[in-house]
Amino acid sequence: MLNTLISAALLLSLAAPLHAAQAADNKLVLTGSSTVAPLALEIGKRFEAQNPGVRVDVQTGGSSRGVADTMNGLADIGLVSRALKPAEAKTLAAHTLALDGVALVVHASNPVKQLDDAQIKAIYTGRTRNWRETGGPDRPITVVNKAEGRSTLELFLHYTGLKNSQIRAQAVIGDNQQGIKTVTGNPGAIGYVSIGAAEYAVGHGVPIRLLPMGGVEASTDTVQRGSFPLSRPLNLVTRGAPSPLAARFIAFARSPAVRDLIEAQYFVPPPR
Amino acid sequence: MPRSADTLLEPLTAAMAGISALLLIGMIGFLLAESWPALAHGNWLRFAGLAWYPLEGQFGLAAMGIATLAVAALAILLAAPLGLACALFARFQAPPALAGGFRGLLALMAGVPSVVYGFWGLTVLVPLVARWQPPGASLFTAGLVLALMILPTVALLAHAALAAVPRGLLDGAAALGLSRRTTLLKVAVPAARRGIVGGVLLGLARALGETMAVLMVAGNVVQLPASVFDPVRVLTANIALEMAYATDTHRAGLFVSGLLLALLALGLAWFAARLEPRHA
Repeated sequence: MLNTLISAALLLSLAAPLHAAQAADNKLVLTGSSTVAPLALEIGKRFEAQNPGVRVDVQTGGSSRGVADTMNGLADIGLVSRALKPAEAKTLAAHTLALDGVALVVHASNPVKQLDDAQIKAIYTGRTRNWRETGGPDRPITVVNKAEGRSTLELFLHYTGLKNSQIRAQAVIGDNQQGIKTVTGNPGAIGYVSIGAAEYAVGHGVPIRLLPMGGVEASTDTVQRGSFPLSRPLNLVTRGAPSPLAARFIAFARSPAVRDLIEAQYFVPPPR
Repeated sequence: MPRSADTLLEPLTAAMAGISALLLIGMIGFLLAESWPALAHGNWLRFAGLAWYPLEGQFGLAAMGIATLAVAALAILLAAPLGLACALFARFQAPPALAGGFRGLLALMAGVPSVVYGFWGLTVLVPLVARWQPPGASLFTAGLVLALMILPTVALLAHAALAAVPRGLLDGAAALGLSRRTTLLKVAVPAARRGIVGGVLLGLARALGETMAVLMVAGNVVQLPASVFDPVRVLTANIALEMAYATDTHRAGLFVSGLLLALLALGLAWFAARLEPRHA
């Protein structure tokens, strides 16, 4: 779907009349993380609507491509879904667009109030199979994992240090909503979803509970403050001083004018 | 028929048939082309493995292929007898007013979008099964939801086949003094066999290709199920789950899933063609 959207956007932008002389000045190329790309695409559309004649091309290929393309000038702005490494930060500047946080969720009737990292790993690798072993009721654990390629899975694996092939799941889901529905329907289930999506569901009376991680409450607030461990920044990166157009785009992408787009994709707007 | 109409109709139908055939061939070609990055690697044996971790270089499709067949088989095992019973009831036993209403209900069932069945399965059926046999989302649940979805197909086609049984056969059975039961099971059903089998095969094809409903209730864990209450992932669900975020070899691997599914469907069509006696 994403690829289709992006190719459609590319096709549309190709079909638009080219003003040869201004093309370079009026075109922004963004490449990188498939987590950031859908958001960048939406922001790009709004930016184009407000700046007639400007084109924003978004291409995916992973955070590493975003870094590489920005380094060698193939992209005006790189999309990187992690903090820059010290070596990268020497040449590149990161502008945080939004934050992505993932929370473990259990059914609201589950009395287990928290799990430490070792317990989480034991549950997800199938060594702990009953809630009794974590101080809960005698009930089998249903481990809910995400399908390969999802950014929430990537973040979860990164945090736990597990490989996906080590995980022993009883259910694999696609999007956050399916995850929330699965946990809602099964008192023994544990899953992880975007914090924004989970908070929204809890706010609407869905019987799930977000577990704290490392003693930090799971909420968009703690993600925003940077204290929640299972989170990461979504960055726009540039090399040296951005062009005037790129600078305008970055300022726009970090302004309250796109807050609704960020929240619609269950990301957390950065603190300001 | 006037000659001018003939000369117009013939090339037109031929062109339409040609376009359909070309589309199908083009689609297989497209699947092959998109799978190529994964196929060109050589070592096709890796698709025969059980483990599917494309980001770690494991592309086994065997578990999902077997799960696809198992889910479809369970669905048809449930839906075929039920559908035939529905058809017999509507055709021969129900009072006319009830029969009409019942047929309307079946047609309505056939028209409900699959995502609705899936949503119902996920929010009602899965929690129910989970209370009995956790985790709930399983081969069994998927087979149950699919059976419900293909039941109208099987029933309506069986009904049409039974309705087409020549009046004379039934009158002859009555004249011989055969019981109602014998007339239905030994005369009407054998006479309508081709249509009934056709409906079952069509239902089976739909079960093989169904995506959304299965995706929501099957659990989607890539494994060989040890029991019907284990979660499984079918080939269609594999594509739908991962395509949105797949790149490079991972994406090509998903197209190989599609290719395998197309092969299964072709195998089914071939089997159907062989099974059907010519002009019985």
